[in-house]
Amino acid sequence: MTGATRATSQGPERVEGRAKVTGTAPYAFEYPVTDPLYLHPLRAGIARGRIASIDTAAAERVDGVHTVLTHHNADALNPVGDPELAVLQSDGIDFRGQLVGAVVAETPEIAAHAAGLVDIRYERLPHDSEFRDDANIVYTPDADASPMLSPDLERGDVDTALAEATHTVDVTYTTPPEHHNPIEPHAVIATWDDDGLTLHDSNQGSHLVRDLLAPLVGLDKERISVIAPHVGGAFGSKGMPHGHVALTVLAARRTAGRPVKCALSRTQMFELVGYRPPTRQRVRLGADSDGRLTATEHDSLEQTSRFKQYAEQSASASREMYASPNRRVTNRLAALDVPAPTWMRAPGEASGMYALESAVDELAVRSGIDPIDLRLRNEPEVAPVSGLPFSSRNLVACLRQGAERFGWHERDPRPGTRREGDWFVGTGVAAASFPSLLFPGSLATIRHESDGKYRVEIGAADIGTGARTALTQLAAEGLEVPFEAVELRLGSTEQPNAGLAGGSAGTASWGSTVVDAVRAFRAEHGSDPGEGVETTAGAAGNPDLGKYAMNAYGAQFAEVRVHADTGEVRVPRMLGVFAAGRIVNPRTAHSQFLGGMTMGISMALHEHSVVDERFGHVVNHDLAGYHIASNADVGSIEVSWVDEHDPHVNPVGAKGIGEVGIVGTAAAVGNAAHHATGVRVRELPLTPDKFLR
Amino acid sequence: MDSEITLRVDGRRETLSVDTRTTLLDALRERLGVTSPKKGCDHGQCGACTVLLDGRRATSCLTFAVANDDSEVVTAEGLAEEDEPHPVQRALLDNDGFQCGYCTPGQVCSAVGMLDEAKSGWPSYVTEDLDESVELDEDEIRERMSGNLCRCGAYANIVTAIREAAE
Repeated sequence: MTGATRATSQGPERVEGRAKVTGTAPYAFEYPVTDPLYLHPLRAGIARGRIASIDTAAAERVDGVHTVLTHHNADALNPVGDPELAVLQSDGIDFRGQLVGAVVAETPEIAAHAAGLVDIRYERLPHDSEFRDDANIVYTPDADASPMLSPDLERGDVDTALAEATHTVDVTYTTPPEHHNPIEPHAVIATWDDDGLTLHDSNQGSHLVRDLLAPLVGLDKERISVIAPHVGGAFGSKGMPHGHVALTVLAARRTAGRPVKCALSRTQMFELVGYRPPTRQRVRLGADSDGRLTATEHDSLEQTSRFKQYAEQSASASREMYASPNRRVTNRLAALDVPAPTWMRAPGEASGMYALESAVDELAVRSGIDPIDLRLRNEPEVAPVSGLPFSSRNLVACLRQGAERFGWHERDPRPGTRREGDWFVGTGVAAASFPSLLFPGSLATIRHESDGKYRVEIGAADIGTGARTALTQLAAEGLEVPFEAVELRLGSTEQPNAGLAGGSAGTASWGSTVVDAVRAFRAEHGSDPGEGVETTAGAAGNPDLGKYAMNAYGAQFAEVRVHADTGEVRVPRMLGVFAAGRIVNPRTAHSQFLGGMTMGISMALHEHSVVDERFGHVVNHDLAGYHIASNADVGSIEVSWVDEHDPHVNPVGAKGIGEVGIVGTAAAVGNAAHHATGVRVRELPLTPDKFLR
Repeated sequence: MDSEITLRVDGRRETLSVDTRTTLLDALRERLGVTSPKKGCDHGQCGACTVLLDGRRATSCLTFAVANDDSEVVTAEGLAEEDEPHPVQRALLDNDGFQCGYCTPGQVCSAVGMLDEAKSGWPSYVTEDLDESVELDEDEIRERMSGNLCRCGAYANIVTAIREAAE
């Protein structure tokens, strides 16, 4: 551990950078295909019930309409365990906006017009779309629910410890539904011809898409190609294929080889591609007179859909963060007639650490202990629940270096006492943590080309993370050749199998695979390989898996201004200091942290999908109503990291960095807003009205 | 109903027949295969489709192709020389002012148009002195670039890049 590394523009420029700044990097919908048809989806206008009748005659009469697809004429799909993919298989309706058909036409304009002519009549059933704590809808998720943790945990005697504690907090936080809103809408071009099925698809893992679609449509995997070299943002929403992919494939089956193009509209994305579920989280903390935690309780209630369970277990954020002899964690779900939630950047951690890190700040205020000092006093020696040693844990260094850099020591802890003109000013801090994961099973091919270059192929995904560049670096480093001598190909099932871009595990999983495949290549072909020789290999298992607790950490600092008259909240300054093992490419890693923090500011201040419970849909379903941080919402953001060497985490020594940047951001902003105003808002987002009540 | 129009796109003259309901963006992308401008929302809310239309930045999803007969369209692709990107593009590359790249061509066209507006003395919401020439500080750039959303969160780097390019 040495001093902080100030992020600068070290590290190679993005391999695909030129193509991206000119707009010539092709995304899914942009592949040139011959004589395509355009698909416009039909969606359910009720939240629960069945289709009584569907009249497509008027639509079919429109010049240029090729096919109108409904549950009456759609081909049967095989069940694959994901109800989202079972499109047009019955007349049932499980949520408003569900796919109930499609118009396929010569142009997008004709398809959209004809879709408006389809007359759908319904038999309505009563629906329930109101997220709340109600025994009629609340249940305990399956033990094997994501993320593979049991929903409940109990150690010691929480109730007695709370009763005997010197300082306690008992607070409830709520977070709203949030939508990923990658700027590239979900899009796919499906071509089903004599060669099989080809998909140009926007996804986080082409192999995963292929492996799910093959049984769904009854084709051998070898007959399906999924191609996605460039993906315009995803954040979890493109991790699993959603219903529109199955719908487009169903359409492509009946167009005699003509490609079918489908891009969801921004509004459709609020119904069909998942979201971060709303949560209600109660946190109870007890501490002794020195501020040492004696009890930690975290109970989370989250929304899921009745037709498909999703559980991200926000309360699990409190399992291993701080030392506490007594601990209780519970995770519950409320099942409703709503679209299915899914992973969204730091699923569980983003919501859960917002609650925990806000509660810790409340404990600091109550006990009169500085919030950084309070966290230092509760730093665990080993992982509290499992008892495993940490492979590395440098939260303390992040907090200390951040405090120095941010000017924390000049802070007057009294809330609501600094005013500059019309603005109350405050600062806040929060910790961040995200598990270091590795998905096994990826393969890479290393080939020595006739032009002397090395081609590296791996079916990984670059969704904007910089994976293509980082993997090129790791291959060049292992081969001991210049960066320019490596040509890396990813994003397609034409390349060897690789796991999806998720869990911030890309560099760990694919990077380890490339490192070991390079090693195997050199072992097989030596340092002077012949032209055209190649080796395909995967990563050896990590012998340290299960012997250490492996997490990335960070410290988030925020300066917040709240307008005295309007309640407007601004974040002029943020600092994030992270500890994430080896940073392979400082340039792109800096962007990953920066992007996470920026999305965190957006989560803190703006994002809220407003559900109209009478109809079961999101009202603000476009980018005018659903506000994501714009350029003017974001001030100065400084990113740095501590130098951390972790020999246990994986062969690269890198921890995931794509998600830890959003963790803790909203808490830091909320804590700073409290410091500015003395008003503790426990309900995201921190909109002006909540400071004026 | 179809109409014949002529566009100049990145210096090329293109004559095509378009459905009167076709937006300029869809005409470029689906009819001419010019996919540098991106479709992010189709409502003029995200800015990904920004092009330079007769020299000024415009969201090409909010205008019908048929209303732009004889117009000059320049995309981010057209701003780059064969071997050398435009200075705004160069600065974005130097500062990693993008991640997934989908909003980037719109950011590029918007920045180029914005720099021209500032040079011409156009004020913005945050301009304090309307009589003086515009000084493009960070607040001015943030304000003037807020029609272009970036979900990857590269704003801080985009602002730095545009400041560099403006010098």
